[in-house]
Amino acid sequence: MIPQSFEYHVPRTLEEASRLAAQFGADGKFLAGGHSLIPMMKLRLAAPKHLIDLTCLRDLAYIREEGEHVRIGALTTHFRIESSALLKEKCPLLPETAREIGDVQVRNRGTIGGNLAHSDPAADWPAAVLALEAELRAVSPRGERGMAAKDFFVDLMTTALASDEVLVEIKVPQLGHGTGAAYAKLHHPASGYAMVGVAAVIALRDNGAVERAAVGITGVGPKAYRAFAVETALHGKPATQAHLNAAAAHAAEGVDVNADLYASAEYRSHLARVYTRRALEAAVKRARAAATA
Amino acid sequence: MKIRMNVNGNWREDDVEPRTLLVHYLRDVAGLTGTHVGCETSICGACTVLLNQEAVKSCTVFAVQANGAQVTTIEGLAREGKLHPLQQSFWEEHGLQCGFCTPGMILVAHQLLCRNPHPTQEEIRKGLEGNLCRCTGYQHIVKAVQSAASKMSATEPVRAVAAAG
Repeated sequence: MIPQSFEYHVPRTLEEASRLAAQFGADGKFLAGGHSLIPMMKLRLAAPKHLIDLTCLRDLAYIREEGEHVRIGALTTHFRIESSALLKEKCPLLPETAREIGDVQVRNRGTIGGNLAHSDPAADWPAAVLALEAELRAVSPRGERGMAAKDFFVDLMTTALASDEVLVEIKVPQLGHGTGAAYAKLHHPASGYAMVGVAAVIALRDNGAVERAAVGITGVGPKAYRAFAVETALHGKPATQAHLNAAAAHAAEGVDVNADLYASAEYRSHLARVYTRRALEAAVKRARAAATA
Repeated sequence: MKIRMNVNGNWREDDVEPRTLLVHYLRDVAGLTGTHVGCETSICGACTVLLNQEAVKSCTVFAVQANGAQVTTIEGLAREGKLHPLQQSFWEEHGLQCGFCTPGMILVAHQLLCRNPHPTQEEIRKGLEGNLCRCTGYQHIVKAVQSAASKMSATEPVRAVAAAG
């Protein structure tokens, strides 16, 4: 359980961090809260020769409202998100998701940016940012760019970030009138990771039909994904239990479903459908409450 | 690499390999063996310490990441030979059997009471979710935390131990 030796670097600026990453290439790795990376290093599943610690870049830990968006710095810890009064009011799906991550010690250290950049197939944040249609912003020597969440997760622990790009911000659109969101998760009993985690955002029309549905699912496939088949099945339909059930049946459609000691692919697909239904039900309930508020 | 750390109120400087985990630094370098190594996979919570007054699993933090920080271990809780109310309550309520998980339990409970001085039983259980007891003593542990909460609110507001150190 001792990681392989590495050199430790503490850049004082984003530019320096990016330059170091470019210099080390595949031998370098950014370190944020370390709660995904350090366990992997202890198991020697990861053995970077250079660790570039980003946590001195304190400017990257913030939560603020700007126009129609909430902006969250990549180094914001899960606990800050869980306990943010602003987010509880403006984007309650984020504190609701944060609360489901690991345990209090993990939430004190782990960061939203580190979690997303690591892109563990059973991490919680990917489902939330997919359903919220968030934009993930990154900085490199070539400048700053934004990526849609749906384009960010590429494959198992692989994102659209270049090796010298630092994820700096998660930009989340605020939910409009008549919109509700929910996260439904089955915890792995030992690790706390998601056996399956489903984030759903539902916007209802005045007549009760589904105007827009966005569903992000984690824990099921090699990477978190948008369940477009579920969304399409709901579009324009009244949000009745029968329609929610029918839509949830598509939750694992076209996905190469994970199988491990704990859950076969068949069982995980079943869980995906059940938790999708639960997330949809909760989101619809909240959308109705939001419409009458 | 040279690091400087305030452990239980005392600054110390040491030269460590970057891969040294904080828990090994505390036990093997600082000689504070009250912090236990349990699962080493950030699950069991036996290695919990306060890092800048926040509970962390010290098996999942490199000592170099705590450079310049304040660390409180179980050895730093008692004041002038008098047990901290949490320690006293774990004793009185039989909150331990073998005691292996106890330092971590007490420090995570400290975190809980700093943020929420009057937790419900459910909030205590949620607050302790990252700490495992293999003697299945959770009921007594929850009682101990409840007892400490009432002791602490009766005497003085909960304040961070590290600040007092």
